[in-house]
Order: sequence, then C-alpha cells, then structure tokens
Amino acid sequence: MSSSISAAGRGGHDADALWGGDALPYAVPSKKLGMWLFIVSDAITFSAVIFAYGYLRLASSAWPRPFETPSIVNATVMTFVLLSSSVAMVLAVRASALGKVSGAVGWLVATALGGVIFDVLHIREWLGLIGEGVRPFHNPWGTPMFGAAFFTMTGLHMLHVTIGVVYLLIIAVGFRRRKFSALDVEVSGLYWHFVDLVWMFIFPLVYLLSAKMA
Amino acid sequence: MEHTAHAETAGNKIIFSVWFGLLGLTVLELVLAYRDLPLETMLSILMVLSVFKAALIIAYFMHLRYERASLFVTLIPALVFVLIMMTAIFADGSRLAHMRSLLQ
Repeated sequence: MSSSISAAGRGGHDADALWGGDALPYAVPSKKLGMWLFIVSDAITFSAVIFAYGYLRLASSAWPRPFETPSIVNATVMTFVLLSSSVAMVLAVRASALGKVSGAVGWLVATALGGVIFDVLHIREWLGLIGEGVRPFHNPWGTPMFGAAFFTMTGLHMLHVTIGVVYLLIIAVGFRRRKFSALDVEVSGLYWHFVDLVWMFIFPLVYLLSAKMA
Repeated sequence: MEHTAHAETAGNKIIFSVWFGLLGLTVLELVLAYRDLPLETMLSILMVLSVFKAALIIAYFMHLRYERASLFVTLIPALVFVLIMMTAIFADGSRLAHMRSLLQ
C-alpha cells in the first residue's frame, strides 16, 4: 500500500519543484508524515518544559549545581549509549528496507537494549539524588523548585525512552512475524532518533550547566 | 521500501562519520563545562553545539536531508518560529530576579 502511495506521489510531478507532488507534496507515506507531525508537537511539549526550567533558573538567585564528577561521567556515558543506539536504529532501518528480517530484528533489539541501559543508569542517578534529599519542592541546597524542574524534564524524557523500548520491541516482534513492514520500522526509527535528539539538549542544560566545580 | 529506494541514502561512511562527530561534540561539551566561563557564555556555546548535534541527527539519522525539501519547509521553520516566540517568557524571569534583588 505504501509503495503505491509513494509511486503516486512521484508520478506526474516535476522532481525539481518544491510543491510539485500535487495531492502528495511530501511524497512520503501517511504513517511517516504522521510521525513527523507528532515529533514536531512533542518537540514543542519538551521545549515548554525546558523553557520553564530556564525561566525558573533565571528567576532564582542561586540555582543548585549539585552534579559532581561521577554524575557528569554517568550522564556522558548515557549520552554515548543513546547516540550509539541511534546508529543501531539506522542499521535496523537499513536491514529492514533490504528485507533482512533477522538483521533488522537484531538491530532493533540492540537499539532497545541501549534504551534499557540508559534507563538503568538514569534511575540510578535519580535514586542517588533522592537519597541526598532532593524532592520536587525542597532540597538541601536552597532553590526549592530545583527538584521539580529536574524530575519533570528528565522524567518526561525517561518516559519517552521507556515507551520507545516497548515500541521498538513490539515492532521487532511484528516485523519478524511479517505483521509490520519496513515502513513501520522506519517510522519507529524516527521516534527513537527524536528521543535521542531531545537528550542532546537536556544533557548540557541540566547536567553540564549544573556541574559542581572543584 | 520503494519510497526510500529512489532517493539517495546515507551510506555507512556518512552514518559512522556522523556518529563519531556527535560523540566528539559531546566530549567537547564536557571539556567546556569545566572551563571557568561566565554562565551566559557557556550557555550560548553549549546551545550552539546542541543545535548542531540536533541538526546532524535530523538530517542523517532521521533522513530529512534525503526527503523532498517540501517536508523540511513545512516542519522545521514553523517549529523554530514557535521556539523563538517562547523565549518571550525569559523577560519575566529576569524581572522576577530583579524584584527579588530589590527585596533583599
């Protein structure tokens, strides 16, 4: 079905013309366009949370900088894991497009595994902070809203990673059973890369800008 | 998929270059974080680097570079515009900080 759509999208238009696709100006299957539209709206949701953090930090006289070197190293490892899982996802999409079922399933599972490692490292970080007495509206260092900002931003992201792991595993099982197509793998990849992308902002804003200086 | 088969896609060389580039930029951010720079300068540098990393992910991993330009034109400028509009709240954040300093 998707191939007939894309064929129609490409048929009868001038490839050089920006809007030359007639009824299908983007020449992408509807599922893919739908995921892109979701990603744009989700980007705005994340931005609202990140901007709220910026607002709070700007309005506070002494925002805590509690992250000592082990926390920063942990967050850097998390960044590397997430970036590498994105590469695994690219390879999954490519394998699925070539019809290599076991290759695609293997890379999808590897991607999901990256997400699980990310979550485990992050939950360990959370537990450490909770152990130090950080709560949404109070903490040992002053500015009460630090916890709310931290837990909301990183929690929303962790929720996305967790949903992503489940999503990728469902796609992997379905692709093996021929229930899902290579397009479904590609669309799940868009979601996963977006979750990776959001972390590229949370990592410097939350961790690097709150590193405890020696 | 036929819709990707017709377009050129990023090969291994590009994908792994982007991967190493992203890891390298992350290390650069990490090194910068421990420099004794003013917070505003640090924020500006880190955000420029993050936007660059995001652009790499969107262009190559999310494949937007290889889609029709119409998709990019529809999705990205509107998003950037919304984000710029949202910076309006920062004026109120600094007003709060100013008023707090007057009370102290």
